Amino acid sequence: MNKTWNNKAWFMVLPVLALVALNAVIPLMTVVNYSVQETFGNNVFFFEGVKWYDEVLHSERFHASLFRQLVFTGIILAIEIPLGVAIALAMPRKGPWVSVCLVLMALPLLIPWNVVGAIWNIFALPEIGLLGHSLNALGFDYNYTRQPFAAWFTLILMDVWHWTSLVVLLAYAGLSSIADAYYQAAKIDSASRWAVFRYIQLPKMKRVLTIAVLLRFMDSFMIYTEPFVLTGGGPGNSTTLLSIDLVKIALGQFDLGPAAAMSMIYFLIVLLLSWVFYTLMMRDEDQI
Amino acid sequence: MARIELQNIAHSYFANPAGPEDFAVKELDLTWDDGGAYALLGPSGCGKTTLLNIISGLLTPSRGQVVFDGRDVTQEKPEQRNIAQVFQFPVIYDTMTVRQNLAFPLKNRGVPHNEIAARVTEIARMIELESVLDHKARNLNAEQKQKISLGRGLVRSDVNAILFDEPLTVIDPHLKWQLRSQLKKLHRDFAFTMVYVTHDQTEALTFADKVVVMYEGEIVQIGTPEDLFERPSHTFVGYFIGSPGMNVAPVTIEGRRAILGGHAIELARGYPDLPVGARLELGVRPEFIRFVDTGEGANGEGLPVTVKRVDDIGRFKIAKVELAGVPLSIVAEEDTVIDGDEAHIVFDPDHVHIYADSHLVEGAR
Repeated sequence: MNKTWNNKAWFMVLPVLALVALNAVIPLMTVVNYSVQETFGNNVFFFEGVKWYDEVLHSERFHASLFRQLVFTGIILAIEIPLGVAIALAMPRKGPWVSVCLVLMALPLLIPWNVVGAIWNIFALPEIGLLGHSLNALGFDYNYTRQPFAAWFTLILMDVWHWTSLVVLLAYAGLSSIADAYYQAAKIDSASRWAVFRYIQLPKMKRVLTIAVLLRFMDSFMIYTEPFVLTGGGPGNSTTLLSIDLVKIALGQFDLGPAAAMSMIYFLIVLLLSWVFYTLMMRDEDQI
Repeated sequence: MARIELQNIAHSYFANPAGPEDFAVKELDLTWDDGGAYALLGPSGCGKTTLLNIISGLLTPSRGQVVFDGRDVTQEKPEQRNIAQVFQFPVIYDTMTVRQNLAFPLKNRGVPHNEIAARVTEIARMIELESVLDHKARNLNAEQKQKISLGRGLVRSDVNAILFDEPLTVIDPHLKWQLRSQLKKLHRDFAFTMVYVTHDQTEALTFADKVVVMYEGEIVQIGTPEDLFERPSHTFVGYFIGSPGMNVAPVTIEGRRAILGGHAIELARGYPDLPVGARLELGVRPEFIRFVDTGEGANGEGLPVTVKRVDDIGRFKIAKVELAGVPLSIVAEEDTVIDGDEAHIVFDPDHVHIYADSHLVEGAR
C-alpha cells in the first residue's frame, strides 16, 4: 500500500497545541517549578528537590484537611446520588409538569457559587436566618459559627441543595431514554417495582450516573467558594477543606513551595480517584 | 392457549372523545381462535398496536370487553393475563445472562428453582439459544435478542397467546426469513395462538392463516391471504395488498355493465340494490386485466388505452396505461408484446368488483 506522507497536517495541530500549552501545560509547569524550589524573595530561587513534597506528605495539617475533604466528599456523594436518582424517578415523564420540574431543578445550578454561600450564610444565621432561627425555636442549640457539627451540617445541606439537581437532571436524562417497551415487557413479566428499578432503570442509567458521580466527586473535592463564604473554614479548622487550606498556605502565608507541592499532590489525588471510580463503574461493561 | 374474543371494543387516547375521529380503534368485534396464527396488517397509525396492547392488557379499552376462554379479563393487568408479547425493538435485561433473562418471569411469579431450570432449558432448546445460555444477553445480536424476548413469553407454561408487534423491524433481511419460518414452526409444533402485527404485507401473508386488515381504526377485512387478494372487501385492502395495488376507478352502473369514462365494461354480476347516492367505484387487480391483439384478424374487442410506460421486472411486465384519462396498472406476461402508445385491454369479469363508498358490494348472479 502506498501511504502518502504529508507533514503539513502537523501545522493544523499547532493552534491546539499552542492553546493547550497556554491554558494547561505552562501554568502546570509553573506550579511544578515552584514545588521543587525555595525562595527568599527578590526572585531568587534555590532547587530543593522533593523536600516540599516530603514535608506536605508528612504534615499533620495536610492529613487533617485531606481527611476532612474525603469525609465531606463521601457524605455528599452518599446523599446526592441516591437522592438525585429518587427525585428523578419521582418526576413526571410527560405533560406540562415536566418543564416546570426541570426549571425548578435547574434553578440552584444557575446561582453563582459565592451567592449560594452568601444565601446560606444568612439563611442559617442563628439570630436572624430563617433556618437558624427556626432550628433554635424548635429547641435545637444550633449555631454554625461556633459548633463544628452545626457547621458541617450546614455545609452539607448547602451542597446537597446546590448540586443534587445536577444528579437529578442527569438521571432524568437517562430515564427518559428508556423506551416504553421495557416497562411494558416488565409488566408482562410481572416484575416488581424494585425489579424494574434494579434490572431496567439502574442499568440504563449507569452511564449517566457514572458521569454524575465523577462530576460530583471532582467538583466536591475541589470545592472552595461556598465553604469559604459560609464558614471560611471555621469554626477553628473544622471545615477547612483541602482547597481552603491550600489557599491559606499559598496566599495567607505565601509559602509558594509547599503550596505548589500540595497542589501537585492534590491534583494527582483527584486524577487517581477519578480513574479508580471510572474503572470500577465501567468494569463489567464488555464482558461476555 | 386460549380463544380470545374482543367484544364491542373501542379505544380512544382522549379522556372525553368527541367524535369517531378521536378514536384510535373504532368499535369492533373480533374473535381469535385457539391455536390460530393471525396477522394484524395495516399502515402506521391505523390502530393495530393499540389493539394488540388491549389484548395484552397494557391498555384498558375505553369501551367493550376482552374475553379469554369465556372469562372477562378486561380489567386484569398484563401479568394476570399470561400473555407473551414481543416488541418492535428487542427488550432484554442488559445486566442478566440469557438464562437469567429467560428465568425472570418465572422468578417473579415465585416458581420453584428446579422447575425454573427445567423450563428454561426446554425453552432454550425450542428457540435454539442453548449454546449461549450463559452469555450476557446484551452481547447477542438483534435476532438472538428478539428470540430472548420471545422465550421470556414462552417460558410460562400457561401462556394464553403470543403477540408480536412488528418483531422483525430491526432484524437483518437475510435473517428475517429464517426467524419467520422458525415462528411458523413453533406455531405448527406447539399450536400457540399467535397475533402478529405488521405493516409489511409479505410478512403478514406468509406468516398468517388469517389476516386482519385495519385502516383508520377499523377492521376492513378478515380473511385468508387468498380472500384478500381475490375479493378485497374494501378499496383500501385492494390498494394495500398486492404490488402494484388494485386499480380503482370511478364508474356508474347500468345493469350488468359498468361505465368508465364512456366505455362499457362487462360485469359477471348484476347490482340491483346499490345504495342511493353512494360513490361507486370499480376495482380490478392488475393481474386480471390483459392486453388483446389488435392486429390483423382481431375481432375488435377490448377497450382502447394509451400506454404510458412499461417496466419489465423479470417474470412479468408492469404496464401503466390510461383508459379515458383514468390511470391503470396492468401485470402482463413476460412475453407480451406492447407496441407503440396504443393498445386494447379486457377485464376479467369474474374479478371485477364494485365498491360503494369504498366497501365491496355483493353482486347478484
